[in-house]
Amino acid sequence: MSTPARRRLMRDFKRLQEDPPAGVSGAPTDNNIMLWNAVIFGPHDTPFEDGTFKLTIEFTEEYPNKPPTVRFVSKMFHPNVYADGSICLDILQNRWSPTYDVSAILTSIQSLLHDPNPNSPANNEAAQLYRENRREYEKKVAAIVQESWNDDEDDDDVDNDENA
Amino acid sequence: MDSEDEMNYDEEEEDSQEEDSNDEDFVDIAMEPEPSTASDSRETEDFQYEVLTADKIVHVMVECIKEVNAVVQIPATITRILLNHFRWDKEKLMERYYDGDQDSLFSEAHVVSPYRKDPRQKRSTRGSTSASTSESMCEICCLVIPHTDMAGLECGHKFCFQCWTDYLTSKIINEGMGQTISCAAYGCDILVDDVTVMDLIKDAKVRLKYQHLITNSFVECNRLLRWCPAPDCGHVIKVKHYDVKPVRCTCGHTFCFACGENWHDPVKCIWLKRWIKKCDDDSETSNWIAANTKECPKCHVIIEKDGGCNHMVCKNQNCKADFCWVCLGPWEPHGSSWYNCNKFDEDEAKKARDSQEKSRCQLQRYLFYCNRYMNHMQSLKFENKLYQAVKLKMEEMQQHSMSWIEVQFLKVAVDVLCSCRQTLMYTYVFAFYLSKNNQSIIFEDNQKDLEHATEQLSEYLERDITSELLVDIKQKVQDKYRYCESRRKVLLDHVHEGYERDTWDYQDGL
Repeated sequence: MSTPARRRLMRDFKRLQEDPPAGVSGAPTDNNIMLWNAVIFGPHDTPFEDGTFKLTIEFTEEYPNKPPTVRFVSKMFHPNVYADGSICLDILQNRWSPTYDVSAILTSIQSLLHDPNPNSPANNEAAQLYRENRREYEKKVAAIVQESWNDDEDDDDVDNDENA
Repeated sequence: MDSEDEMNYDEEEEDSQEEDSNDEDFVDIAMEPEPSTASDSRETEDFQYEVLTADKIVHVMVECIKEVNAVVQIPATITRILLNHFRWDKEKLMERYYDGDQDSLFSEAHVVSPYRKDPRQKRSTRGSTSASTSESMCEICCLVIPHTDMAGLECGHKFCFQCWTDYLTSKIINEGMGQTISCAAYGCDILVDDVTVMDLIKDAKVRLKYQHLITNSFVECNRLLRWCPAPDCGHVIKVKHYDVKPVRCTCGHTFCFACGENWHDPVKCIWLKRWIKKCDDDSETSNWIAANTKECPKCHVIIEKDGGCNHMVCKNQNCKADFCWVCLGPWEPHGSSWYNCNKFDEDEAKKARDSQEKSRCQLQRYLFYCNRYMNHMQSLKFENKLYQAVKLKMEEMQQHSMSWIEVQFLKVAVDVLCSCRQTLMYTYVFAFYLSKNNQSIIFEDNQKDLEHATEQLSEYLERDITSELLVDIKQKVQDKYRYCESRRKVLLDHVHEGYERDTWDYQDGL
């Protein structure tokens, strides 16, 4: 079944493969093009460096007129990410434009890791530490970077189990 | 709006496209209506106002745009966006237009300055790129589309018709945006003008919603206009100057122009607003709680007494305090000799009782005024039935050798009854916020007098009217309603005089 949203998502996928932006990757799930898995690698020179953060992106048939729902699956400690992993980012809400695509969304989230906005905090603790105690903030972030690797191992384990 | 409007819009579009090619100063108004006859000038005393139908509003809007355009000479679509930016304040727009930096004015209003580019390339929404046959990719659907099937604003971002239509439809229908839809490109804040929207949207439902949103924003921003608040009434009242006055719509609804509520003389808009809020919210529920419950003196959980024993044991598992319901002091010293509760006069207990007494008193006061207010409101609703009864009676009387003109007094009497009830209803709101002074005593006397007379009139009309002595009752009813009307006037004049001389004191914090 091809709808404008699905057609556009195919294009997004193709574009992402042909011209992959640095430090992000994403692909539709096996049997549902409306649901994507993505990974953002923590940007260099930030406390998030070397982290591998997984996300899900959920589209509706109204895409690209409506933004998708993007959510961190990996544990996150960031001023603009809620406890459930959902992200407070203007381009995913009121500043959404239909010219945005998946690669633009992922690179925007990547730059959000680089540049948090502590003035609209989704995670109060993170915002406060970011402002007042940068060392403690970096310590907490380092912990979730570690955890993001464990996620991989867990998944690998699961895969191995399944293979066995 | 009906199908005629639709047709009319379409005609206009064609006109505007023809004019496109040769005329810089054309007035490309997408929403010009037929001249409507359905406006209605009214006047009460010295307060002048007009009732406008939906398409007449569009006409007023177009007039406003034309008036500005006659001076500033830019495309009407831009004028409309500028006017909306200044909340339809023509003077303010003119002032900025000629005083300051025009470029910053245009960018502030999110339009591309009409002076900035070649007039040949204006309004290239459709068919204007006939020379070029090339194709390019639409940034939204990522399909390669011929240029002839793409559209864009002056900002230069072009998308295919289908994507534009989907984008605009989603903004209009889902987000209820009209005047404030911007270009679909990321970060581009140039606003989509009404001609472009009308060109691109073909679905009648969406067009209608868009037109409604546009007129709505026009009416809402304009101090001299107000929608009739009656359900499903699409009329607008236009006044010569803003004032707190009653206006009557063609649908029959009478309301206060300043606040949109039913006409509420003698109480002022702000007090009525507070009253309605008070009635709607649960502030009195909390008063009830204060009057009928107590707080545990230790853990402050709220307790309702459900048995006769005054020895209270707090059921909060973390508290379990023993205390006396009457004095709220600890239970221990009471022991078995409770009936001689020696803790009664202790300061703390007294304070608790005082505050409880106060909220109980406030609740009583509110209920007193609210009951009377509600009662008149309820009666007012019943008077509709009375109109029916009276109509039958009037027909019956006409068969008993009375002429049509001779029985009209009955209808007048019900009219008077209704206006008295309405006035009385709002006098209780006024009184609720009023502090006692000499004037307020006079006011209460006036109120009592009007209340009394109104009830008598009501009784005549509801009961005595069924008796056979019609001539007798005519005299009685006429005397009574004249008296009521004069008392009503006296009461209102007295309140207004008080406003002028500033003799009313208000109770704050209610």
